[in-house]
Amino acid sequence: MSEKVLMCGNEVVGEAAIQAGCRFYAGYPITPQNELTAYMARRMPEEGGVFIQAESELAAISMVFGASLAGARAMTSSSSPGISLKQEGISYLAGNELPAVIVNMMRGGPGLGNIAPAQSDYFQATKGGGHGDYNLIVFGPANVQELAELMGAAFDLADRYRNPVLILGDGILGQMMEPVKIKKRVGKLACPEKDWILTGAKGRSPRIIRSLILKEGELEKHNRHLQDKFRVMKEKEILYEEEGIDDAEIILVAYGTSARIAKAALNQVKSEGIRAGIIRPITLWPFPEKVIADVSSRINCFLVIEMSAGQMVEDVRLAVSGKCPVHFYGRTGGGVPTAEEISRKIRELL
Amino acid sequence: MHEEIVISGFGGQGVMFMGKFIAYIAMKEGYRLTYMPSYGAEVRGGTANCTVIISKEEIASPLSSSPSTIVVMNKPSLDKFCPRLKKEGLLILNSSLIDKEPERSDIKVIKLPANKLAEDAGNIRSANMVMLGAYLSLKKLTSVEKACRLLQDVLPERWHGLLEVNRKSLISGGDFAQR
Repeated sequence: MSEKVLMCGNEVVGEAAIQAGCRFYAGYPITPQNELTAYMARRMPEEGGVFIQAESELAAISMVFGASLAGARAMTSSSSPGISLKQEGISYLAGNELPAVIVNMMRGGPGLGNIAPAQSDYFQATKGGGHGDYNLIVFGPANVQELAELMGAAFDLADRYRNPVLILGDGILGQMMEPVKIKKRVGKLACPEKDWILTGAKGRSPRIIRSLILKEGELEKHNRHLQDKFRVMKEKEILYEEEGIDDAEIILVAYGTSARIAKAALNQVKSEGIRAGIIRPITLWPFPEKVIADVSSRINCFLVIEMSAGQMVEDVRLAVSGKCPVHFYGRTGGGVPTAEEISRKIRELL
Repeated sequence: MHEEIVISGFGGQGVMFMGKFIAYIAMKEGYRLTYMPSYGAEVRGGTANCTVIISKEEIASPLSSSPSTIVVMNKPSLDKFCPRLKKEGLLILNSSLIDKEPERSDIKVIKLPANKLAEDAGNIRSANMVMLGAYLSLKKLTSVEKACRLLQDVLPERWHGLLEVNRKSLISGGDFAQR
């Protein structure tokens, strides 16, 4: 696809995954990400890949586990309640060091909640979600083109680190259509040979993939190895975008759809002479704490915008470490902030 | 140019198709754009709507709290979106289904008997194209003639027998709005 086409975010996830070499998709339907499951049902057979509508979310993530240990680029997707069900499998993927890509188009919670866009799964995505000491690389794309590019990067990073990668979008991003160019990603970019996959032990000694490690001291050793990996991710994989932070008196921090609305507010208050900037984390884990820490001693305050009761704001506060006030404005339960609400909040703070 | 359009009507009136088609036209004309459908439970049986934002500049928010144009196909849509329309904004109203006067004097109103014009063109279901014809002739996003050509790209092939009715409807809506 060299020309720009008009596609919704959910379909773009599917096509970008296929162009990145994904040949295994298992999922279970849930709004607002059904267009993705439907797209994969149509496209995977065309590409000689596998599409399975699983009997449950647990089955879907476990099928991804199986496909991954056999060497396939594998993915699953869901929305908030379904992602909660997948957490056991995600912890197992991380523990067994299996690459996989998981997409969460978030909706209002807790519980079954509603189908409106939300960002209230940030804690779940970035602080573990399942049990045990592990992290996922978490992307928070803000537009359809970026979604396409990050899908490709997600498969590469999953393979490179042998770790699951999560795309954290929301109902708006999934449903929205924008012009997009989806590039074919040829081969695996600097990804090591998969010399660990289970292919049948013909002519070689068997390989073992397991996360049950009972021998004294061995599990701690395994965990130290995982932590070394997470440290490298923190050094190398942070992505963010900033605008106007050099002479700002107030800096907004927001990701995904919230960041787009925050930008609209930014344009409104800038025309009134307010010096405002924005930092938009693209990786939510690892979190761009350094850029936030660096500016915190020279600005008036931060304002964090989320479609949640306040989750990422905690990471901003950790990064700022008391050097300036960190304010919050959020809507929850599927509520979406308007640019006018954010502008009003900015004026109040200055 | 920065245009924020909300299109609203009953599910089945072709509201989403109209929005996607405007988005496609905007893309072909080289603009930046976003298309956002309502995807709630209200789509089934009730009123559906979508938002299209078209701009020369990068589009920040894909949502619009005060659109510059609203295209309303039924009465509940008028009640819901008319108060949000920007001052001096454009209201295109389907007078076949809306007998009510808009309660604002600070906006531009075009009343179109879209169902009747569509019926005259050959199929009542192309009322959405009548409304679109009016929109295009007023806002000049593209010519009605070019829109007729682009329709072939977005209409699934099994419906290509209906291209002529749609073409007539687009032209009829455009002509009516110019009168």
